[in-house]
Amino acid sequence: MYSLGGMIKLFSLKQEKAAEDQASASTPSTKKVAPGLIRMQKDMSELKLEKGMKIEFPNGKDDLMNFKVTVMPDEGIYRSGKFTFDFKVPASYPHDAPKVICETTVFHPNIDMDGHVCLNILREDWKPVLTIQSIIMGLQFLMLEPNADDPLNKEAARMMEDNRSKFTQLVRDTFKGRQMQVGAKRYDFPRFE
Amino acid sequence: MDADLTEEAERFGDVSKILMRTGPLANEKNFGTLFSPAVSFEPMPEVLQFIRTMARVLVVGAGGLGCELLKDLALSGFGNIDVIDMDTIDISNLNRQFLFRKVDVGRPKATVAAEFVMRRINGITVTPHYCPIQNKDAAWYKQFQIIVLGLDSIEARRWLNAMVCSLVEYETSETGERKPDLSSVIPMVDGGTEGFAGHVRVIYPGISGCFECTLDLFPPQQTVPLCTIAETPRNAAHCILYAHLIEFPREFPDGKADKDDPEYQQWVFQRAAARAQQFSISGVTLMHTQGVIKNIIPAIASTNAIVAAACANEALKIVCNCAPYLDNNLMYMGAQGLYAPTFKYERNPQCLVCGQGVVLETSRTTTLTLLMELMAEDQRLRLKSPSIRVEGGKQGDTIYMRGILEDEYRQRLDMPLHTLFDSGTELIVTDPGVPTPLKVIVTFADIME
Ligand SMILES: [Zn+2]
Repeated sequence: MYSLGGMIKLFSLKQEKAAEDQASASTPSTKKVAPGLIRMQKDMSELKLEKGMKIEFPNGKDDLMNFKVTVMPDEGIYRSGKFTFDFKVPASYPHDAPKVICETTVFHPNIDMDGHVCLNILREDWKPVLTIQSIIMGLQFLMLEPNADDPLNKEAARMMEDNRSKFTQLVRDTFKGRQMQVGAKRYDFPRFE
Repeated sequence: MDADLTEEAERFGDVSKILMRTGPLANEKNFGTLFSPAVSFEPMPEVLQFIRTMARVLVVGAGGLGCELLKDLALSGFGNIDVIDMDTIDISNLNRQFLFRKVDVGRPKATVAAEFVMRRINGITVTPHYCPIQNKDAAWYKQFQIIVLGLDSIEARRWLNAMVCSLVEYETSETGERKPDLSSVIPMVDGGTEGFAGHVRVIYPGISGCFECTLDLFPPQQTVPLCTIAETPRNAAHCILYAHLIEFPREFPDGKADKDDPEYQQWVFQRAAARAQQFSISGVTLMHTQGVIKNIIPAIASTNAIVAAACANEALKIVCNCAPYLDNNLMYMGAQGLYAPTFKYERNPQCLVCGQGVVLETSRTTTLTLLMELMAEDQRLRLKSPSIRVEGGKQGDTIYMRGILEDEYRQRLDMPLHTLFDSGTELIVTDPGVPTPLKVIVTFADIME
């Protein structure tokens, strides 16, 4: 008789095993946690929110990949406003950055009227070592220190550079829940007490 | 040799030379195989018969690499091939995905590729699966002796890698060491191409470095700053991205951008062209638009051919044990001349996907608090404030979370473990004191039938 090669030997082993598995039918179905979710578990359990910040899980607390963070600056042009950012974390996290949209209408040089946010670590400077904490800190900083150099809302950026006190006044006015024309459209701004 | 086998040996004459004769490179000395004690290669007709009739190969992806792989594997003698792909044929595929013709546009790639190969090569069975890889379960993937990957996405590779690694079962040796049961290990050959560059990688789940072990080596996709796209576009791609990322969501807040939809591509192209004109930028074409929104890197047919041939070569060596296989990565750099170095990806011992994890045995009535104490005391873990998650937990997937969500889970602390998960369940545990998540398998010593 031949003594068959390695893989062939393995093959018969596998067939025996499959037969056994079927006979006993007790092999537990090993379900895998998606790699992106595992990293989110770590990020979430280690996340620290400063006073005046809030996090919500609209799909329930088991779904860590979709959540909303509310930032309430206590100083600067945007103090006492409440800005909610929607996070959608891809399965490929942290290889790819989460998608973040600002849900609150705001007149801000780095946030456009559709809620797109221009924050370097959300796009070109994203690195897998960064965390949800880093992004939230970035957003907090963006609300404290708007930056006219890389504008996403050109109108806001120009006004902030030309006349900062007028810009501040305008932002404070929007906080009273007014309407305002930005570009070609009128927008309703939320009222902050 | 019986008559059928003689005929097969003649038909696959070149492969037979490798499988039925010995030679200086034949694996009689058992270089680099898994077996201990070594199982050396013995040239004989039955090896050919094995790949003709018994061995089953899965090809993942029926695109540029997949077409080459199917042709190469079929002509190497593999008689039972399955191919899985969720895409349909696009007219732009026809220049290199040579199993497809113009009449096939719109049909599933897997189906058309299978039909073509079966029409062309007698006595071969190619079974197509037109669906996402995620639609198939562990039992399905277990059928194969080897899986050859011709994919272009990191996400699909990660998923498949995790699936195949999860099939590995462990056995405890006499010395108390937990070792992968070789009959549960399905080797993977991963091919990839990007322009003139390509790679071939052999992964033995549970034994050699897996895809997840080395994920850090794949840089995230290059992205352009949003403000550049919005305010200071400098090239055609910036204009296309503006239409795709900013204009479309603005005009269709509830619409979903389908990157494969020709109508959507046309819409983006027209908007991008208008914007390009406004900024006096040239180079916005429909083809460029498709390339940018679908993130297409130019595919080069010869790179696919070279990489697929090397993959098929590895598959044959692994399945037949006839020659030492690649250990474990080959880089092909076609832009720098004929340069193809090989090197070895190391395993990450803490890898969550291919690592064995730490086994804790306790009672089914142990409370969650007590389990956490065990995790703190265990010398392999020493976790001070673990967060725990499982897939398919009895009370939801999260067992316990620290931090902002902790209040929601505190009432779990006194619950007995069997009300939270089954014996043998794999827990994913994170802890601020440990940089990477850990895999902990909890078994109940007093498991009840
Ligand atoms: Zn691994």
